Amino acid sequence: MLIQEYTAQLIRDYDALSGRMLQILDENGVVKEPELMPALSDAEWLELYKTMVLTRAADDKALQLQRQGRMLTYAPNTGQEAAQVGPAAAMAKNDWLVPAFRELGAWLYRGVPLKTVYLYWYGNEYGSHFPEGVRVLPIAVPIGTQLHHAVGVAMASKIKGENDVTVAYIGDGGTSTGDFNEALNFAGVFNAPVVFIVQNNQYAISVPRTKQTIAKTIAQKAVAAGIPGMVVDGNDLFAMYAAVKEAIERARSGGGPTLIEAYTYRLGAHTTSDDPTKYREDSEVEAWKPRDPLGRMKAYLISKGLWSEEQDLALYEEYGAYALEVFRQVEAEGEPRVEDLFKYTYKEMPAHVREQYEEYLQYLEGKVD
Amino acid sequence: MALMNLITAINHTLDLALAQDERVVVFGEDVGVEGGVFRATVGLQKKYGEERVFDTPLAESAIVGTAVGMALNGLRPVAEIQFSGFVYPAFNQIISHVARMRNRTRGQRYLPMVIRMPHGGGIKALEHHSESLDTFFGHIPGLKVVVPSTPYDAKGLLLSAIRDDDPVIFLEPSKLYRAFRQEVPEEDYTIPIGKAKVVKPGSDLTVVSWGAYLHEALKAAELLQAEGIDAEVIDLRTISPLDRETILESVKKTGRFAVVHEAAKSFGPGAELVALVNEGAFLYLEAPPLRLAGFDITIPLPRGEHHYFMDAQRMAAGLRQVANF
Ligand SMILES: Cc1ncc(C[n+]2csc(CCOP(=O)(O)OP(=O)(O)O)c2C)c(N)n1
Repeated sequence: MLIQEYTAQLIRDYDALSGRMLQILDENGVVKEPELMPALSDAEWLELYKTMVLTRAADDKALQLQRQGRMLTYAPNTGQEAAQVGPAAAMAKNDWLVPAFRELGAWLYRGVPLKTVYLYWYGNEYGSHFPEGVRVLPIAVPIGTQLHHAVGVAMASKIKGENDVTVAYIGDGGTSTGDFNEALNFAGVFNAPVVFIVQNNQYAISVPRTKQTIAKTIAQKAVAAGIPGMVVDGNDLFAMYAAVKEAIERARSGGGPTLIEAYTYRLGAHTTSDDPTKYREDSEVEAWKPRDPLGRMKAYLISKGLWSEEQDLALYEEYGAYALEVFRQVEAEGEPRVEDLFKYTYKEMPAHVREQYEEYLQYLEGKVD
Repeated sequence: MALMNLITAINHTLDLALAQDERVVVFGEDVGVEGGVFRATVGLQKKYGEERVFDTPLAESAIVGTAVGMALNGLRPVAEIQFSGFVYPAFNQIISHVARMRNRTRGQRYLPMVIRMPHGGGIKALEHHSESLDTFFGHIPGLKVVVPSTPYDAKGLLLSAIRDDDPVIFLEPSKLYRAFRQEVPEEDYTIPIGKAKVVKPGSDLTVVSWGAYLHEALKAAELLQAEGIDAEVIDLRTISPLDRETILESVKKTGRFAVVHEAAKSFGPGAELVALVNEGAFLYLEAPPLRLAGFDITIPLPRGEHHYFMDAQRMAAGLRQVANF
């Protein structure tokens, strides 16, 4: 049996109620399930790992800048990079990505420039304006809402006879919304080519996953919608890639939607406005640190002779410097033009909006005089 | 007496209400263990237990709908919506049930419940965290809508809201949460819902505002005062039902009227207030009434928000026109 077929079968036969978690690379960077290893080259894995390092470095830089008062509120991704980069890499060029708001690694991999991401958190609308051809929807802050868009995008692909697949993200907290359950149901009913990824990072701000639902797993929420669901080690790049690749290909060939629960942990704060010591023990955070997705990939790459500690440090430094440079550009160009605040409310500016705009310009001129 | 800011005054008031009335329950996202993202409920779960102060799963429709059920069965729920920008999933409950229960049961069933939420902008918050929903709620018959502008008022109005037998939407200006402190009595007192307050008496012009803008309007009035324009500033305090008397009385005295609010101008509360003035004091007017309101655009993200939100200077520029008409 081909490796891919084996993975496919394993994932197809997976029982969402079992609570079993798909893991390929263990915490020490050792491949535990060689038969399940996706067929990527060493060089390709290294590239994915580099995107994870970029994500970490860009995150750390944003936090540092926020503390300096140069960045506004920021939602860090630390600890969740594999759950972001793995799925993004498993997508085909024309597939769609529908974000929530904590998927930096996926956005970067799918071609959203870091500058654009920083602009968003810097508080400028151009942070939701992506380069042409990048099939990534804007961040969705109102939790759960984006999953309907994902199903709609996927249905449109199907209706138009195109075989693109949509990958959508949400958090564990988001699975409590009506929207989450409605979207799974719609996707099932319309056999939409969509893959839902829940980054179960164990917290919705202060509320732990166990108080969000008493279901044993989030993956089992797929059962009620009649679609496959699977728990995957969200800190394992190989497992995330393998599971999502299989789900995407199944969706592409008419097999319908899948729910993937990426079991991970938010090592940092919810956002820079949040103080996690108010609701969780440091010991819990410490216990998760050895399971860090970067640490285990690094160990794997080093063990294969593909990477070294020195290279790792140098790359992190290089990306940090790059992120700072990008942020400096954002600071230089990040103030919005007044015209832009008015211009995009409609395709054409209605008379009353134009009047308000012109009056405001007059006021600004008068102020300068 | 103790010095409190708006958020500590709300915390203190919820504490008092929970202590006084065992039917009061307080819940919402991050309300229990964390004590609320703005810390409005800090310490309350420890003091009153998880049955009365608790975290909910992330589902606004469920938060409000559950409050409806609790109110129907004898409790006095105080539900928190974390940010007003996330109340929309609950609109179905609010419009279809919260606002209508008394009417559709011809008074048999009613909803003594409060829905609290942060309100308004100007604090460089993330997308969807700066809107002002007084317009939406004010339009729904059956809801009372309250916006305090000081810690003292917040306590008196919130106690009134909790004791009210009709549902109250309690909008807390997030810009004021920690803006300033004020002496707030420890003991019980209420401020009636539906009563505006003349904060600064004046004879030349009536200015109505509420929430965070009230304070800018007061500063604007000071600027005008220096120019010899004596504005009367009224804190509306309740969006619905409107205090018609206080406003009309003032306009009859000054002959000039302006309303200042954060929400977009078109179909906003300002339109209602101008209509009220036209209907009730038309013959007293010496100048066209003015709405100083938000532009009819999506509220800009933080870097552009200062163009949207008015400071005292910009307000004064508008008010001057009415005064000098
Ligand atoms: C509908 C809605 N309600 C509340 C919020 C405020 N809020 C922002 S993030 C968050 C927690 C989200 O938790 P989860 O879905 O687990 O994602 P995570 O932040 O952990 O990535 C909350 C309550 C929101 N953005 N949208």
